Amino acid sequence: MTTVTKYKTAPLKCWQKGKELRLEAYRDLATGHEQGKLMVLGCAATPYGMLAGLGDFVFLAGEPYGASVAADPPVSIPAMELYEAKGYARDMCGYMRNFLGTMFQDKYYFTGGPFPKFDFAWSVRHCPAGHPKWHQIVSEYQGIPMNYIDDETMLGTDGDQQARIDYVAGQYLDSIEWMEKITKRKYDDEKGIEAMRNYFINEGLWGEINLLNGAIPAPLDIKSMFALMPISMLRRHEKVAIEFLTELRDELKERIADKIAAVPNERYRMCMLTPPPWSFLKVFRYLENYGVVFAGTYVYLINSGEVKFLYDEGKVVPATPPEKRPGWKTMKNREDLCRTVARWRAEHPFQSHLETRKKEYVIMFKHWKANAYLLLINRGCVPMTTSMYDFQRDLNRQGIPTSMFEGNFADCRDIDETGVLDRLETFLEGQGIQKIQSL
Amino acid sequence: MGAIEKFQEVLATRHQYAQDWKKKHNGKAIGWLCTYSPVEIMYAAGMLPVRILGSHEVQDVTDRYLFPTVCPFSRDALAQGLKGRYNYLDGLTMARTCSHVQGTYDNWKNYIPIPFKYYVWQPNHMQSPRAKPLMVQEYKGFIVALEKFTGKKITDQDLGKAIELYNTNRKLMKQVYEFRKKEEPPITGAECMEMVVASQLMDVAEHNKLLEQLLKELPTRKLNRNVGVRLMMVGSEMDDIVFVKMMETLNCTVVIDEHCTGSRYFWDEVKPGKDHVAAIAARYVDRWQCPAVAAEFKPRTDRILKHAKDWSIQGVLVYQQKFCDPHEFDIPSLLKMFKDNNIATLVLEFDVTIPFGQFRTRIEAFLEILELELV
Repeated sequence: MTTVTKYKTAPLKCWQKGKELRLEAYRDLATGHEQGKLMVLGCAATPYGMLAGLGDFVFLAGEPYGASVAADPPVSIPAMELYEAKGYARDMCGYMRNFLGTMFQDKYYFTGGPFPKFDFAWSVRHCPAGHPKWHQIVSEYQGIPMNYIDDETMLGTDGDQQARIDYVAGQYLDSIEWMEKITKRKYDDEKGIEAMRNYFINEGLWGEINLLNGAIPAPLDIKSMFALMPISMLRRHEKVAIEFLTELRDELKERIADKIAAVPNERYRMCMLTPPPWSFLKVFRYLENYGVVFAGTYVYLINSGEVKFLYDEGKVVPATPPEKRPGWKTMKNREDLCRTVARWRAEHPFQSHLETRKKEYVIMFKHWKANAYLLLINRGCVPMTTSMYDFQRDLNRQGIPTSMFEGNFADCRDIDETGVLDRLETFLEGQGIQKIQSL
Repeated sequence: MGAIEKFQEVLATRHQYAQDWKKKHNGKAIGWLCTYSPVEIMYAAGMLPVRILGSHEVQDVTDRYLFPTVCPFSRDALAQGLKGRYNYLDGLTMARTCSHVQGTYDNWKNYIPIPFKYYVWQPNHMQSPRAKPLMVQEYKGFIVALEKFTGKKITDQDLGKAIELYNTNRKLMKQVYEFRKKEEPPITGAECMEMVVASQLMDVAEHNKLLEQLLKELPTRKLNRNVGVRLMMVGSEMDDIVFVKMMETLNCTVVIDEHCTGSRYFWDEVKPGKDHVAAIAARYVDRWQCPAVAAEFKPRTDRILKHAKDWSIQGVLVYQQKFCDPHEFDIPSLLKMFKDNNIATLVLEFDVTIPFGQFRTRIEAFLEILELELV
């Protein structure tokens, strides 16, 4: 008879506080203008702390908003249907389709009130398949100015890497001038620098929190991780996020010391590379019946979080803020700010090239003490999926088991839930893992 | 042999052409994957730039490398490499543009042996004043890598000559396009496509000679066919010449196009300057933009509309490679622009192979409607 270890478990003490902070961010997104704040649209990877130089602002990151809508099919389906009726294709980014659908409906998901009118769109072009084009549509529809930073420098590829960092820094500098012009506000370098310092610290904290899940048993389950992530994703520039993420990190350390598990019957550990199917998050709860715990997903380790990979040693450690790294300057003015952000972005694992990324996946697998990777082919996300077969081949070659399924992770109409469960159950049975109730 | 027949022959024997060229010139051939690849620099290095295209055959060899919602062109192009059809290539390059074709490049690089590989990290913020200086730097890196690989110094003279040849090529093809404005164009849309695709496969000097020959032939060339409805083709990559030939049997003629095996590829010339690398860089930053790098819809729609009017078109076939996100973004704006200008459109989605009969029926229906309106 198989014995299943039972760990003790307890709810997170800071859960309620996290929930309030998250809701506060969403409320702010609805009332930004009433509060006299600038309303800015961009993608989640944008170093939006820089906007603080213009004064108070609210930044709506399109992806987490789209994911929230996608997780609510009765809202998501009519929104996407309206988007399609406008002539846009169904196979494009699911986040974008949910976002644009609610914009066309003029319904803001978090309040049910009118969709926010932005002052401008400002974003990094981290997704070559479409994020600038997404903002292009909003820009035309709302009649707002748009600017973006082409910052996907991919160090390690052919060519002059420093010239690329200069190019990115130059674009940031130009965009500050552009923002001053369109908002008629003077940019305060000090405020921009201060907010970006918070931003760097928060990224490091969120990365560290993800790394703590390498402990057995894992102190945090992945669904809770997704619920807490918006604080890091939407409020990275704020001190309040530093306070909360520090509290969360310290609590996780206590849980590790006391062996408090997120999933009490943990016995098989998995990790992922990409975002989850947002309308089907219950898959993670279902798999807990098998004692499966998901230690983390690579994408959210490095998107809204930062870690430092020690490739030669095959290790990963928490990241320190750029100004504290050897050879980095203290930011004193906007030129320093732009150069620091450009270099930081270039060296960030978010920008790792294919071959480097393969190494990172293996390092994370080992760090998370995982038994297998769950790989997801997201029909609505070309950049994250194009090389997935290559990644799978590489992981398998190194003896790492993988299970893969396909669907659109922000379109509930395009994911076969039964098929996914069948596939995962078969995979787990192949790994000798049966449903705990059946033992 | 007429110039058009020669273009057709090159297309039919494209791999043999490149291998013969290598023998004849004791040279190297370099494959390129996107029209943003600076052919002038490759040619100046003494290499034959060869555009990698698909073969429009059913294939399953890419299924282990690229997932099925990567655009068919990118999958078909990779399939050719995996099948060994481009084994004669000495090098491979692409300029950074879209994620789909990047998948082709990355997999080719990793799984198909090829001596030289170079990824031109092209700045994609074309509106930024920072784009041109960086493009110059990136091209300089490319030049150094090519010199190292070929053992040949790329001189200023080499670059100047390549610019001149490619500019001549572009001018001559535009002159051919002028003939399509005629009430009875002496060249069909399919033939024009053959001419442009051949320009992406052939030695530019040889292609120029054929263009000069063609320009002599065209004034007296008679096509024993009805012009029918004057159509424009707008969209993403398109080298399905068999499809265009079929379409032109249905009482229509493609008189102008906007795609990357048509005008969008060659329309803009290099404005010569003292610094040849800077001049080439400026050409690729300022050129007729692919939606993959365009940050505004209007410049493209304006250019398309001007072409539509200048070539007196009566309808537009808007097509896209299935799953091509950048073009999917542009299509609603394009359709609106055409509608606002009372120009009828038909949208078709292309895959590696196409449902020929269904497409034929849809085009016939589209043309019938247009013919009714034109009576």
